Amino acid sequence: MDGYWKFLAKKTLTTLLTIFAALTVNFFIFRIMPGDPALLLIKSPKLRKENIELVRKQLGLDRPLWQQYLIYLKETLRGNFGISFQHNIPVSKIIAQRLPQTLLLLSVALAISIVVGIAIGAICGWKRGSKLDAALLTASLITYTVPTFWIGMVLLIVFSLWLGWFPVGGMTTVGGANIPKWLDILRHMALPEVVLLFWYTGEFVILTRGNMLDVVKEDYILTAKAKGLRDIKILKDHAVKNALLPVVTIIALEVGWMVSGVIEVEVVFSWPGMGKLIYDSVLQRDYPVLQGCFVIITVMVVLANFFADLIYSYIDPRVRRGVE
Amino acid sequence: MKRLKGLTKELLKLKGFMKELLSNKYGLAGIVLIAPFIIMAVFAPFLTSYGPYETGGLKEILLPPCKSHILGTDDMGRDVWSQLVYGARISLTVGFLASAIGICIGTTVGLVAGFYGGIVDEILMRIVDVLLIMPFLPFVIVLAAVLGPSMWNIIFLLAVLGWPTDARLVRSQVLSIKERPFFEAAVCIGESDLKLMFFEILPCVLPIVFAETVLWVANAIYSEAVLSFLGLGDPTHISWGMMLNFAFSSGVMAKAWWWVYPPGMSIAFVVLGFTFLGSAINEILSPKYKEV
Repeated sequence: MDGYWKFLAKKTLTTLLTIFAALTVNFFIFRIMPGDPALLLIKSPKLRKENIELVRKQLGLDRPLWQQYLIYLKETLRGNFGISFQHNIPVSKIIAQRLPQTLLLLSVALAISIVVGIAIGAICGWKRGSKLDAALLTASLITYTVPTFWIGMVLLIVFSLWLGWFPVGGMTTVGGANIPKWLDILRHMALPEVVLLFWYTGEFVILTRGNMLDVVKEDYILTAKAKGLRDIKILKDHAVKNALLPVVTIIALEVGWMVSGVIEVEVVFSWPGMGKLIYDSVLQRDYPVLQGCFVIITVMVVLANFFADLIYSYIDPRVRRGVE
Repeated sequence: MKRLKGLTKELLKLKGFMKELLSNKYGLAGIVLIAPFIIMAVFAPFLTSYGPYETGGLKEILLPPCKSHILGTDDMGRDVWSQLVYGARISLTVGFLASAIGICIGTTVGLVAGFYGGIVDEILMRIVDVLLIMPFLPFVIVLAAVLGPSMWNIIFLLAVLGWPTDARLVRSQVLSIKERPFFEAAVCIGESDLKLMFFEILPCVLPIVFAETVLWVANAIYSEAVLSFLGLGDPTHISWGMMLNFAFSSGVMAKAWWWVYPPGMSIAFVVLGFTFLGSAINEILSPKYKEV
């Protein structure tokens, strides 16, 4: 049990440290920008009078740096990410509006790709060295490495602009469609999801296959074979279950990396989520929004990791007992 | 004389390695995929008669592939083939430099952490944990947006943020090497820490570091393409990602396939090539993969 608490403490520490690091980076990069950005922010002609006071309060510009830092931390933890340069409304409001759309896109893609990717990966690992394995692995490597945003552009050109089968972008038809709303959203979601699935499924195939290679060498697989169990039973009950254990943590670790897929896809298909928001903020140099997005995404990814570790320690008793 | 002997031995080893690489399916595929682009990058000025930033007249806008422009022109009359050729230089430069610098940092950190252990190891590994969990692209975007669009900034960022995986890998290797008899012997002779780290341990981890470097080139090239596509690229250096950014934001990409397909496929080929090559090197140099 001692080992387990140590494990938990370590994970909690990493979680808090990462959030703290993200906040600290955010604070300092804002102040190393050329031409004193804080003042630039105040002078921005787009900012209204009452908002200037808010910004002043948030940044505490008249105080020493360390005090500004503490104020910044306090305000951020209270959910005040500042005011958008462009839209003149609090960043937190904009993000709250955009986040659900991104989560919708991401969760559907993750759910499908985890199931499909693990199934294909398990087959590859089981039939390692066969032609089927080589073909599936090569296909996964290709879908995984081909630039996501480019695949998106190609599909957009072919299926939306040339053939007209799918909408050009956005989440719903402007001015309302003559089909139910959920169907309309589904139609808009189809192409972005396909693009995401290319990447994610390929990644899960490669991960699961790698783990399977380790598992099939274990003695218990040999025992199962010696007992005369059928292949499919060994695969299902003995191999995949054990190969999946590490995949849980890897999924969480990879989410931080996979987020970039969502950003790329949202930009290509003008999906109104965080990715599109980041893209627009880069174009407009809307730093408060950009930084708010970064903090929120970091917090979510870090928490996903933390929960994955909890789940992992729950399903793998070795971790609970502190055996590395 | 002794030195010369050592050199021939190394060369023979290299020859054996190259032979093995070429007989490895993924290794060969990787080399075949990458080679044309390296040739393009090196001989760029000889392969095209147009400058990549040379705009054409009204009659030369969005020309489909023809005799004078083998890959057509973009919406400003610039030759797509010459952008592609010069873009290879930028993508490869970013890839090689970012991964080389990143690997140097990562390997040093891994060596130090694994060698000294204790509190040094704790601190360095916590930094690694934090950087590994941090969502990579949003982090790079925020930093790149603040630092401003320049190729050197992108190289710097990819290198500075990319080293943790390598550090972790090297560290675990160092821990196992520390248990081996030859290392204990070196300690007994009384070699200095630096000598132990860089002359005894480093040569043993180099093979794995080498494979990791190659894989990171793929990663860096991909990341550069994404950043450029998102509008954070260097406007004075047109890379493949930026060509796609121009095509995408021009609003006429559906009419100009010759502008969209070549850069995207180039990125795909190069990234895939380096991924194949890295996996092949891993397979050849590390015994774990050999039995598979």
